[in-house]
Amino acid sequence: METKEKKITVKAFGMIAEKIGSGEIQLSEISTIEELRKSLFDQFSELKNMKFSIAINKKLASGNAPIPDGSEIALLPPFSGG
Amino acid sequence: MSRFERQYILSGFGLEAQQKLQNATVLVIGAGGLGCPILLYLAAAGIGKIGILDGDVVSLSNLNRQVLFGKNDIGKAKASVAADYLRNKYSELEIIEIPEFITTANALEIISAYELIIDGTDNFSTRYLVNDACVLLKKPLVFGAIYEHEGQILVFNSAKEGGTNYRDLYPNPPAASEIPNCNETGVLGVLPGIIGVMMATEAIKVLTGYAESLENKILFFNSLNYQTYTIDFNSNPELKSLIPDSFEAFESKDYSLSCETVPTVDWDFALSQSTSDSIIVDIREASEMPKLPRPNVVCLPMSKLLKDPKSLLASGEVFLFCQSGIRSLKVVTELQKVLPGKSIYSIKGGITAFLSKHQESKTHGN
Repeated sequence: METKEKKITVKAFGMIAEKIGSGEIQLSEISTIEELRKSLFDQFSELKNMKFSIAINKKLASGNAPIPDGSEIALLPPFSGG
Repeated sequence: MSRFERQYILSGFGLEAQQKLQNATVLVIGAGGLGCPILLYLAAAGIGKIGILDGDVVSLSNLNRQVLFGKNDIGKAKASVAADYLRNKYSELEIIEIPEFITTANALEIISAYELIIDGTDNFSTRYLVNDACVLLKKPLVFGAIYEHEGQILVFNSAKEGGTNYRDLYPNPPAASEIPNCNETGVLGVLPGIIGVMMATEAIKVLTGYAESLENKILFFNSLNYQTYTIDFNSNPELKSLIPDSFEAFESKDYSLSCETVPTVDWDFALSQSTSDSIIVDIREASEMPKLPRPNVVCLPMSKLLKDPKSLLASGEVFLFCQSGIRSLKVVTELQKVLPGKSIYSIKGGITAFLSKHQESKTHGN
């Protein structure tokens, strides 16, 4: 039997999507928020200095919440324009 | 027949909901890209009393999206032009014009006169100010904001048990240096039109109880592909401390976050930064006392730091403090020249502010 790679989908909005260069990417071997942050900061260093909230499966996540395999993550920046 | 017939014959809405709208009082803060469609539709829907708060005047570049104004209005107060337009259309409504910007000095008095507040402003300082005032006054708040082709809409109701507010989602405002360049970004006029009308829809839901509003949710909308994305969130009691705990505390809070000045943050902000690579640097000489009673403070006197600024490159966000916050301002200005783009902040009031705050919370605790 072949072993499946653990994957999550990461959706991004606003300026975060701009910095990532896409509204949606796939990441693998991520199982906590801290690991997600590290992976994102390694790939997209500009995100380090930006404020955004993180949702796991359409619910706001806090602290170092676990990320179940196959989750849909969303990176949510605040907007201010009007 | 009334002008609301098509509204009250709607199944489930009825005369009762229409009456609620006619008895309602709503304050629209910001009569710009979002405010114009909000005002047009709320007045058309028959909201009995509408306050229009905006201290700005109409300028030519507003006219692609601020559909209440025309070329003849350039230079005139937005609140007054909008109010005249709506009074002329619907003589039975009470339209209050408030040609002022909202501040900590006028917010509480103005907001307390309305039952629902709508935030269509265009900057983070005002948005946090309005949020905190609504929490203190327990007023429901409809919030909408845009960025390029996207919008976000939220409904906060701090009057309700477990009601959320903006800080549950975004505890602190972004630092000034995080916001791209403070110059207005481009926007197609239709986007605030769509988001504004969605905000007006939420206002009608909250006022009448007709259909479920976006309470405890954030909705993202993208005008390029019409995708929406909704996230649930809850109130977080731990974040309550970020909101001033009294009217007096609110009135003396500094919400400014100006792009023209050196990026400064307060101690709460600096100490709440959880990213593992941000650092707090004491730029005073080694002999200066007292030391900050926190672990992981880097001591790097300003003379040394300015000789070798690149030593900061390995860190993420950098927060500098001195005795009273003056030297750190100067050092941030100097460092910005040699390390452009690096996130470096001066902590307001230096160690003195930390100690007085610490002292204060001790006294309060007793």
